[in-house]
Amino acid sequence: MTAAARTDVLAVAREQVLERGEGLAEDQLVEVLRLPDERLTELLDLAHQVRMRWCGPAVEVEGIVSVKTGGCPEDCHFCSQSGRFPSPVRSAWLDIPGLVRAARETAATGATEFCIVAAVRGPDKRLMSQVRDGIKAIREDGNDINIACSLGILTQEQVDELVEMGVHRYNHNLETARSHFPNVVTTHTWEERWETLRMVREAGMEVCCGGIIGMGETVEQRAEFAAQLAELGPDECPMNFLTPQPGTPFEHYEVVDGKDALRTVAAFRLALPKAMIRFSGGRELTFGDLGTKQGMLGGVNAIIVGNYLTSLGRPASEDLRMLDELKMPIKALSDTL
Amino acid sequence: MSRYCVQCGKPAAEPVHRECDGPQAALRPPRFCPECARRMIVQVTPMGWTATCSRHGEVSSGSA
Repeated sequence: MTAAARTDVLAVAREQVLERGEGLAEDQLVEVLRLPDERLTELLDLAHQVRMRWCGPAVEVEGIVSVKTGGCPEDCHFCSQSGRFPSPVRSAWLDIPGLVRAARETAATGATEFCIVAAVRGPDKRLMSQVRDGIKAIREDGNDINIACSLGILTQEQVDELVEMGVHRYNHNLETARSHFPNVVTTHTWEERWETLRMVREAGMEVCCGGIIGMGETVEQRAEFAAQLAELGPDECPMNFLTPQPGTPFEHYEVVDGKDALRTVAAFRLALPKAMIRFSGGRELTFGDLGTKQGMLGGVNAIIVGNYLTSLGRPASEDLRMLDELKMPIKALSDTL
Repeated sequence: MSRYCVQCGKPAAEPVHRECDGPQAALRPPRFCPECARRMIVQVTPMGWTATCSRHGEVSSGSA
């Protein structure tokens, strides 16, 4: 390796991440996030190679549904479901037949993962009971799709209860860098979220943890966030891109520039070479069709198909066609067990 | 023609609906009843949505 190659962050990443499977450190990630547009193709190509080397070609497809929408007591500034902001989103509960239908529709796309989500600080007895009854009904419907949950901050008893229900993965996003979190949420702390994730991991559930890009964080804080996620070591990292929601404190934020977003996706892949990185909310607006393909060829290996919790996504058929064109097989259920 | 904007609930005839006509609007289900501007209860599912007005009933992605 020449002297120049020894200092070039992509050359270093090729050896450190691609060859040895060791994620980049925070200062290296800052360098990646500052690479000029002229090197974006090179960066995406390396991120894709890392994904193929350490994760393989399969793409995990997931559907998500909200069982309890709106009226949340927390003040996450990006979220239209907070009861503290004048958002047009009204509270709603999804009944069990509706949940079963949503799981059935998700499985019909070939998806192997179905995530049950609630807009709450943490689950109460009514919600835990709803989730338990819902999972039972999904199974009685003959649907063996993997079930994940995202129900906010948990107690140890609730963690144990979810394990007993057969929930195999738990989503709880740290959302942003620790240093930026107080600018995004004031009703609970980053550390409370971390504690839930620790309990989830120790109980044997898979950990799903990511966040939202474009909430006013600096480049350094994006790198900080990726490094903090690497320290956590999630099985899955969902990457959302802010879609400014009417009535929320972030409603006038700009949508992240497409190239910046691609650079960020690739940087997260270089921080988390072995994790599943999922394209999540906001990709339609931030990336469009072309950018979505570039992301799939730039480190991403999982997607949410269909709609999100309160907003709409691309038709599932379009994403499935895209994966077919890219010759990326959908991860089989048998591969996840 | 709808009397009210389903995104913001203002009269549809009002000229300024810039945020309701942008690219983000295509990614949002209706939130306000087009007949009376009441906020609707909206349930989004992976493959569709339903929106219910307490006075004017339910519309869905299948019927819209």
